[in-house]
Amino acid sequence: MAFIETVNLSQKADDRYILQNINLAIEKGEVFALIGATGAGKTTLLRLLNLIDTPASGKIYFDGMDTAQSARSRLEMRRRMAFVLQKPVVFNRSVFDNVASGLRWRGENKSRLREKVSHILEEVGLLPERNRNARTLSGGEMQRVAIARAMALEPEVLLLDEPTANLDPVSAGRIEELITEVIKHYTTTFVLATHDMALGQRLADRIGVLVNGKLLQVGNSRDVFATPGNRDIARLVGVENIIDGVITSNQDRIVTIDIGGRLIEAISDYAVGRAVSACVRPEDITLALSPVSSSARNSYPGEVTWAVAMGPLTRVEIDCGFPLVVMVTRKSAEEMKLVTGRKVFASFKATGVHVIRKN
Amino acid sequence: MTEIWQGLTRALELIFTLDPEVMEIAGRSLTISVTSTILASLICLPLGSLIHFRNFPGKRFLVSIIQTFFSVPTVAIGLFVFVLFSRAGLLGGLDLMFTPAIMVIGQVMLITPVMLGLTISALSGVDKAILDTALSLGASDFQASVVALREARYAVLAAVIMGFGRAISEIGIALMVGGNIKGFTRVITTAISLETSRGDLELAIALGIILISIALVINIILNRVQQR
Repeated sequence: MAFIETVNLSQKADDRYILQNINLAIEKGEVFALIGATGAGKTTLLRLLNLIDTPASGKIYFDGMDTAQSARSRLEMRRRMAFVLQKPVVFNRSVFDNVASGLRWRGENKSRLREKVSHILEEVGLLPERNRNARTLSGGEMQRVAIARAMALEPEVLLLDEPTANLDPVSAGRIEELITEVIKHYTTTFVLATHDMALGQRLADRIGVLVNGKLLQVGNSRDVFATPGNRDIARLVGVENIIDGVITSNQDRIVTIDIGGRLIEAISDYAVGRAVSACVRPEDITLALSPVSSSARNSYPGEVTWAVAMGPLTRVEIDCGFPLVVMVTRKSAEEMKLVTGRKVFASFKATGVHVIRKN
Repeated sequence: MTEIWQGLTRALELIFTLDPEVMEIAGRSLTISVTSTILASLICLPLGSLIHFRNFPGKRFLVSIIQTFFSVPTVAIGLFVFVLFSRAGLLGGLDLMFTPAIMVIGQVMLITPVMLGLTISALSGVDKAILDTALSLGASDFQASVVALREARYAVLAAVIMGFGRAISEIGIALMVGGNIKGFTRVITTAISLETSRGDLELAIALGIILISIALVINIILNRVQQR
């Protein structure tokens, strides 16, 4: 049995399911990311795993034990975990007292408590602020207090709910760095909820995708990223081009998809006649000003309809009979003069297309 | 008019010379009311947390009832305690009638609703996320409610001070079940009432000034606390 396991776990609010039949197994020492849009049920699931709430139905096993027990033994199990809530709330006390609170509740002796708290404050870079009232800190600092407060407990499981949401990019970067350090140096099991697929991919060993209260796909982060199981997941993991069509031929897994007159070649097992969606990541498409003969089987002439700079990249929208979104570096966008009305050729490899069943 | 003026100067004299009788009565008033407030706090803080944090049928109705008793007349409590503790009463066997102890009991009954109601509303002002955070860090239910009370400390302190103010200024209970016995159950309010009816305005005014001063100090503290 895995370290944390849920069996047909469901949660209801006002007679509506927020989580439905979640079957999840998280191994000891693993970094597991729960990915999902806002309202998908990530927080609800974390609250259940932390034993703050009780499920409407289903079971949660922690370290081989059924967690549906007396309040006393649930408290004992909860004390082996720590949970950093999405909204970083701090107690209206000093930074030191905030970080010490969990240890005090566990009856840690004074000198060890002082030592542990000082050590953690040093680690998160808040030692100079230890006597300040935590309410006067900035959002990023509060989040660091919240993480320090959890880490001070040396938990076997650390649950993190959107640790970098609501923070400015610099603070978010610092928090991510901090989490990366913790993951590297501690053997803690991590369960991390985020709507940021890229963050999940950077930090996690495995990813579970939650859509509308259901766990739709679980796998290592590369697989989920490259081969999303359906349209919802594809959207969530940043696939912007989802093109509907029908398979018209399949020769040795090389399929042709008819998308209303135009054809896309891809690799897939689906049989002829099946309605599918072709998923193409914007960064897997290349643009050129003249037709190119390369290994890319799919090449389409088109016209730029919109181009906008997004940091180091430029997002280009093209009409080639069907709309395509392409990401190119800002430099090449400038060199190719990609402005509205510019004629271009868009191409992508058959292996760059991920085919999913149309739903 | 001259009578009042004379009374006032004589009253100040009584206060500043620390007249033994004045000091004794004021001291007893404070002792009894502070005791009542401490006992009521010991009841109201845990009970208020329990009512706030537990969900049970009829919770809103209970809170409405508590709020109704905010302004219960002191004589009503006095009557109730009198009936309960008189010779023929349910608790008559305890033989507490006309003692400071029964005054404390009455005052606790009087101020419990106010303190309970204000404690509950103080806790309602605490962010739910504070409680979740405490639980997620391994606090027991009891430890989590201590956290909530501490977060709401200024509002809770205001509840306690309100209770004390109501206790020290009441007269119904002190008169009806305390009995205004000189040197034993005579407190500021009963003494003022008696001395005024006897025409001894000096003592009455001196005690009145002390009572108003206590009220003033309470109000200053309350204001300070609420501005935090």
